[in-house]
Amino acid sequence: MQQLLFGVLTLFSFGFFAFNLRKISQNIHLGQALDRSDNKAERWRTMLLVALGQKKMFSRPIPALLHLALYSAFVITQIELIEILVDGLSGSHRFFQDSLGAFYTFMISFIELLSVLAFFGTLAFLARRNMLKLPRLNMKELAGWPTQDANLILIMEIVLIACIFTMNGADEAALQLKSKSGNGFLISSIVGPLFFGSIQDLHTLHLLEQIGWWGHIIMVYTFMNYLPYSKHLHIFMAFPNTYYSKLEPKGQFTNMQSVTNEVKLMLDPNADPYAAAPTDAAPARFGAKDVTDLTWKNLMDAYSCTECGRCTSACPANTTGKLLSPRKIMMDTRDRMVELGDFKRKNGPDAEDGKSLLGSYITEEELWACTSCNACVQECPVNIDPLSIIIDLRRFLVMEESKVPTELTGMLTNIENNGAPWQFAATERLNWANED
Amino acid sequence: MSLQVRTMADMMASGETPEILFWVGCAGSFDDRAKKITKALVKILNHCKVNFAVLGSEESCTGDPAKRAGNEFTFQMQALMNIELLNGYEVKKIVTACPHCFNTLKNEYPGLGGTYEVIHHTQLIQDLINTGKLTLADNGTFKGKKITFHDPCYLGRANDVYEAPRALIEKLDAALVEMKRCKTNGLCCGAGGAQMFKEAEKGNKEINIERTEDALETKAGIIATGCPFCNTMMTDGVKHFEKEEDIKVLDIAELIANAADL
Repeated sequence: MQQLLFGVLTLFSFGFFAFNLRKISQNIHLGQALDRSDNKAERWRTMLLVALGQKKMFSRPIPALLHLALYSAFVITQIELIEILVDGLSGSHRFFQDSLGAFYTFMISFIELLSVLAFFGTLAFLARRNMLKLPRLNMKELAGWPTQDANLILIMEIVLIACIFTMNGADEAALQLKSKSGNGFLISSIVGPLFFGSIQDLHTLHLLEQIGWWGHIIMVYTFMNYLPYSKHLHIFMAFPNTYYSKLEPKGQFTNMQSVTNEVKLMLDPNADPYAAAPTDAAPARFGAKDVTDLTWKNLMDAYSCTECGRCTSACPANTTGKLLSPRKIMMDTRDRMVELGDFKRKNGPDAEDGKSLLGSYITEEELWACTSCNACVQECPVNIDPLSIIIDLRRFLVMEESKVPTELTGMLTNIENNGAPWQFAATERLNWANED
Repeated sequence: MSLQVRTMADMMASGETPEILFWVGCAGSFDDRAKKITKALVKILNHCKVNFAVLGSEESCTGDPAKRAGNEFTFQMQALMNIELLNGYEVKKIVTACPHCFNTLKNEYPGLGGTYEVIHHTQLIQDLINTGKLTLADNGTFKGKKITFHDPCYLGRANDVYEAPRALIEKLDAALVEMKRCKTNGLCCGAGGAQMFKEAEKGNKEINIERTEDALETKAGIIATGCPFCNTMMTDGVKHFEKEEDIKVLDIAELIANAADL
């Protein structure tokens, strides 16, 4: 009966997770094509260093160490999950214990040790958010759901760890009660007798172990299915997202091919201005107004963001009180993508909901505050590029809507008229050579 | 000694080819403060007998501020015209004292048909010193002085050039003191992304003031830069704090020209 229940629960959890992953994939594919299939070796290297190795986290050592505790506990605990699956489906108890012997004791002890570190790490993270009120974790774009989301994840992690120790601790206490010698796992051999040593009833201890076991696996499945609705999805997205990182120098912006075609036509004296434009060259619009105008990588970036706010805390515009926050750009992009994805799944792929990323979510004032300094790109621990979204939205404003701050209109006119952002004639370019 | 500057057109007419093109840039050509940087660099080039040329009246904006402002049309018009000119002169190597020109020429022109070896002037000067073509006079100009270096975003983060300017400051026999935000963490001066040409958006502080505070904290007597726009922003910042008597904002080229008694 228990095995059947476990099987159904497992099937349902993975099924629902797969269903949501498909939605995520569909949403990412709302974006425009972009070729990132080059340089496989460097891409793997970037992923190993930045995602697996957490290289960029360590620019801030304290949160990096706390995060490392949670991260390594999470990764290593997946090994124990294999046993939980086997035990759950077959009805066995600690399936690998006998065959692995001392190695099993070592592995579980290791997992227990990391879980304790993760427990304290989680408490520290909760304190940083809610008691120390770290500025970057308490900005206005996090009001409401994002703050609840962050706390909920941390609380789920605490429950998860509590379940592990209820399971292992009660098991330990039961064994000691039966035969005076327990599993001998590093932490549960201490906390087991401590918390459950007073219980002299085997039945109660088994029940407690069962509660821990079921609680743990239910939390794991809940957590897994919560991820697609949460910023915490970064635990998966960090890997593909760093693999598909921009490998060019940060200062290099894309050259828009659609513009090249038109400009070449304008500069070519032999071009026939009445000739039909090649059909494949004309884009729907220049620049980006909505998420469908961004690339799939921009959208993957949005799903990878865990709202840590390092970008925003390094942004010169934000730190001097301007409206721009690179984190908000990413959150807006994700929220709009999810909204539009849901709308299109409901109303058909060509349906329009009359909203757009630019306007409904992001304002012009935010976009014009950017200095394109790349601090946000540099800071992001999972190589998100908010700057390319900002520039694509600016391109739409300027090229499609002619919405340019007045002073910039002058600068642009000067470049077009006299080849410099100021009103100087080209003939004066060499004057400095003869001045004192 | 007057500056020896020849144009590409002039050299071409007499059948000569320069080793390197000096891309002066709009700021270096027209801005009174930046022109001094241009002249300092030319003094160094002249002193080291570098066979260089400029484009003179044929030079035109790289298109950087247009591109960052979102006007890809204006950028590509400029880029394609410049590339036609540069390719016509068979330019192979370019040096520039402006990180914005540097970034655009180096990274964004190749995709449009203009591939050149592009270096920042601090890299060229470093090379001149390393190969023994330039020696700094032992005149003690900067001995014991504290110098801090402000990383231009388009040189540092954008193109990972952090060491060349610092290596040059260290050659000055001065003490290089870093700001709390430096290198990859360097704070922007506020001019990039076409902000130079517009008022800042509404906020509670100007970015260059925030950055000047970083520099003042170091107690350095000289703020060194490698970008004409950073120079303007930092100079304005120093003026804001009425410190222009105590703190000079100088380009690396000016520091080196000074130390080499040029």
